[in-house]
Order: sequence, then structure tokens, then C-alpha cells
Amino acid sequence: MPKNIRRWGPPLLLVSPSLILLAVFVYGLLAINAKTAGTDNHTAAQTTGRAPVQWVWFDNFVALLGSESFQHSLKNLVIYTVVFLAGTMFFGFLWAFLLDRPVRFEGWFRSIYLFPMAVSFVASGVVWRWLLNSNQGEAASGLNRLFQNVGLGFLQNNWWNNPDWGIAAIAIPAIWQMSGYVMALFLAGFRGIPEELREAARVDGANEWQLYRHVLFPQLSPVALSAVIIVGHMSLKAFDLIMSISKPANYQTKVPAIDMYQFKLSFDYANAAAVGVILLVIVAILIVPYLVHINRAEKH
Amino acid sequence: MATAYDSLTEPIKAAPRTGGGTAGRDRVTPGRIAKYALLLLFVVIVLIPVYVLLVTSFKGTGDADPSRAWSLPQVWTLENWSGAWAALQAPLWRTIALVVPSSLISAILGSMNGFVLARWRFPGADIIFTLILFGMFIPYQAVMIPLVQLMLNSGIPSGVPTLIVLHVIYGLPITTLIFRNYYQSVPNELVEAARVDGAGMLRTYWSVVLPISVPSFVVVLIWQFTSAWNDFLFAVFFSSSRNGPVTIALNNLANGAMLTDYGISMSGALLASLPTLLVYVLLGKYFIGGLMSGSVKG
Repeated sequence: MPKNIRRWGPPLLLVSPSLILLAVFVYGLLAINAKTAGTDNHTAAQTTGRAPVQWVWFDNFVALLGSESFQHSLKNLVIYTVVFLAGTMFFGFLWAFLLDRPVRFEGWFRSIYLFPMAVSFVASGVVWRWLLNSNQGEAASGLNRLFQNVGLGFLQNNWWNNPDWGIAAIAIPAIWQMSGYVMALFLAGFRGIPEELREAARVDGANEWQLYRHVLFPQLSPVALSAVIIVGHMSLKAFDLIMSISKPANYQTKVPAIDMYQFKLSFDYANAAAVGVILLVIVAILIVPYLVHINRAEKH
Repeated sequence: MATAYDSLTEPIKAAPRTGGGTAGRDRVTPGRIAKYALLLLFVVIVLIPVYVLLVTSFKGTGDADPSRAWSLPQVWTLENWSGAWAALQAPLWRTIALVVPSSLISAILGSMNGFVLARWRFPGADIIFTLILFGMFIPYQAVMIPLVQLMLNSGIPSGVPTLIVLHVIYGLPITTLIFRNYYQSVPNELVEAARVDGAGMLRTYWSVVLPISVPSFVVVLIWQFTSAWNDFLFAVFFSSSRNGPVTIALNNLANGAMLTDYGISMSGALLASLPTLLVYVLLGKYFIGGLMSGSVKG
């Protein structure tokens, strides 16, 4: 017995504080949240215990998913994710491709493309709120004014004030911030491919384009998967940028995370918790297969 | 093979000089010109917001007309900067008070976890590790409601103390991951030698592993510093404009009740971003190293 303690004791001592904290703050709270989502706790009185709370099973989920307002949020989330993913993958991949072979000042290009990532969404929201100003014509400022100045006036539009596609405008600053990250992932991927592979393809008579198309790009699919997962899960949690560019009460740009915030503000804890559960399910659908995949890959 | 050490200190390997040959490097071809033109075009596009931030932050009321939106200031003034400093000074100090301890504590805890998980193959270690990792991806909205109640009941004051606790706890998955990947690349002989000398796990960790952990500590500290500094979600739920960090103050400054004064909020945005930008400029390669390790390479 003492031998067991000496063997298992120290490692347990090292990890147990963290494990207990995570067990409580991640899994414990997820469970309590799911429980709250199954109640009719919609008022401040119920939250403070001055009114009874009933168990209503899945009523909140049914009501939320059936409501036009929440469907609008989900639709926005899909648009935002698609635009954000497409934009970051496009620019990230293009920049990595352009920088892969020796380029003068590579370090400078890389640093400039990547720096927006060091800035908070709130700070970048300040400048993008100005850039995405919806005024047009005489009153235009921001990008609309820039378009006029360079003779591209037809590109002027009302950005995030567009009721159907406004959320896509919010994805533009997100693309600005995260494309450099995707570039870094792809560039590390390109450089990680053994040089012999390129040599072999050249010996076989492949031209540069064929080399990239048939030899190098396929090697990057794990990197692309990582990039999609990381950007995708960031996108599903979108909150900061929307809070700072439009207003939380703005219908056209709201997403589930914003709904959750609004429910919480109005002491509708049951619906706030239910939105949290829905977000968790969406993220889990994306992440769990990925984690399982990594776990398997590591075993080999 | 690239080790975790390389991926921290040299996350993106240098472009090889072979292949195309050094001779071909400086030859001017249409393709090369197009490539540099594209690269420069993207530099201009990426820097547009920086131009706007800088220029607007020095503009006075004389430049308010939309027709002058993209012009340089007629009169350069520091008024916006002093206004923003007055509004953000206290929140900036609070953010430092919050970010420094939370990064240090979560780095130390992450290092201990990473060491144990990398070295000690107990049954179920992979499951535990996956469960920890999942904590990195959960949307915090899914724990927020009970978390608000828990923190209220815990008696920990709202604002800086609460935010320190939250950033430490929810930073554990990523710090554990980075350290674990790093320690897996530490040569086994090093740890074994210590064991043969009779050192227990704690001794080995303290005298063998910690001293060689400097690069991963730098990476983890930068990562935690940046993400805590830039956090807005926890700040919104767990602090107010009176006791909150700079993101809250900046957001209030920019979305104030009055008509938005862009000059002052742009200076504010620059002030609030300065610390993380400074870290990025000075320790860029470690910053990228953190990004890479955060990507959970399979």
C-alpha cells in the first residue's frame, strides 16, 4: 500500500487540482445549465427564489427552435460561419502559397498579415464600425466613401444594416483578423513537407503547378481540417464583434450568443441556458469527431 | 522530424534555398512581378484599418465632415489621445492586474498537468486528456448561467478577482495541451537518468523538467496574456464599467449614449491594443508558436 501511494501519489497531487476544477467548472456546470434549460425559470422572481420553478422538459427548446426570432439567429450564424470560413481559408491559403517559395521580406509580409490577430475584437470593432458605415452618396464615410474616391462607387452598400445579409458584413472584420492565422497554419504545413517530395516530382517531370496541385496540396489536408475546425468553432461563438460593431439589440445581426446575452439581461435564465445547450450541441457535432480522430491518430 | 521544441521556437521553417536555386531567386520574371504586386496589394488592404485608426485619432472637430473621411488631419491634435487616456487609464491598470496573475497561475498549473500527462501513462490517460481538451472548445454560453450564480455565491468579488479565477480555470485546457506536447518531445533518457538517481516525480519535475521548459513557458504566457487581455465575453458577464477591464471601457467609450465620437474611440482602440501589439512585435515567433500548438496537431 505505501508503495502504491509513492507511485501514484505525486502525479495525482500534481494534476488533481486542475482535474477537480475542470470537472466542476466545465462538466458540472454544463450539467446544471442543461437542468436549468429544462425549467420554466423565465423571471427575476423565480431566479431569486420568490416564485416557484417548474420542470418543463423540452418546452424551451421546442419554443426556441420554433420561434422566428431564434431561427433568424441560426440563419445568421450559418451565413456568418460560411462567409468567415470561406474568406479565411481563401486568403490564408493564398498568402501561404505566395510566401511558400523564397520571397524577399518574407518576415515582413508574414508579420503584417498576421498582426490583426493580436488585436481584440472589441478594438477592431471600433474601426470596422467606422469602415462599415452604411451612409452613401454625399454623407458616405468609411469604405463607401473610399469606393467613391477610387471610382468604385457602385460597390457602395449598407453593410451590416442590410436586414438579410447584414451579418455577412460582420464577417469581414473577422476575416481580416483571422486570415493571417490560417496563413501561418498553411505555411507551416508547406514547409513541413519534406524537400525530397518536391525533388522527386521534379525529376518525374512535373511542372511547378502540377507539383503543387498533385503533390503538395494533398499533403495539406490535415492542416486544412485543423484550420476549418479552429475557425469554425470561433465562428460559432461569435459575440464580441457583433457587440462592438452593431448593437446587441440589433435584429439583423443577432446570433445565438447574442440571444443568450439578451435573455440573461432580462432574467430569462431558462431560455439563456437553453440557447447555451443548443450552441454546445452545434459545437460538439463539429468538435467531438475531430477529437476522436486526433486521439486515434496519436495512437499510431 | 520536427519536435515540439522546434514548433515553439521556429514554428514556420525557413524556405529552402534549394530547388529553384539561389540563382533564380533574383531573376525578374512576369510571374515574380505579379507575385510581389499581389503581396503588396494585400499589405495595403490589411493596413487600411491601421491608417484609419491612426489618422482619425489625430483629427479634431474641423475634420468631422464625411468628405474628409480619408484625408489627413487639417490640424493634428492630441485631444483624442488625452481624452482616451483619461477614460482608459484606470481600466488599463485593472487589466494588467488581472492578466499578469492569471497567466502566471495557469502556466504553472498547465506545466504540472502537461508533465504528468506526457510522462505517466495511467489507464484512461487518453480519455482524461480528451475530456480536458473538450473544455477548450466548449462555448462558454453553455456554462454561463450557472457560472454567474456560482461566482455570486462564492463570495469572490466581481471584477478583477473573479476574472482571474475564470481565466485560470478556462485557460487550463490550452496550457495543459501546449506543455504536454512539449514534454512529450523531451528525451526519455533525461527523465530516466533522474529516476535512476533516485529522484521522485516531484524532484524530477522540479530539477530536470522545469529548467528546460523556458520556451514553452514563454509561449503559454504570451498566449494567456493575449487571450485574457482581449477577452470580452467573461468581462461582460462578470464585471462592470466601474471594475472591468479595458475591453469593457473601450466598448462603452465607442458605443456611448452620446453620438459616437470616432476620434476618441479610435485613440482608445489603439491604446487598448498597444500591449498585445508590443508583445507581438517583440516576441512574434513565440506568438506564432502558441498559435501552432493551439491547433492540436494530430
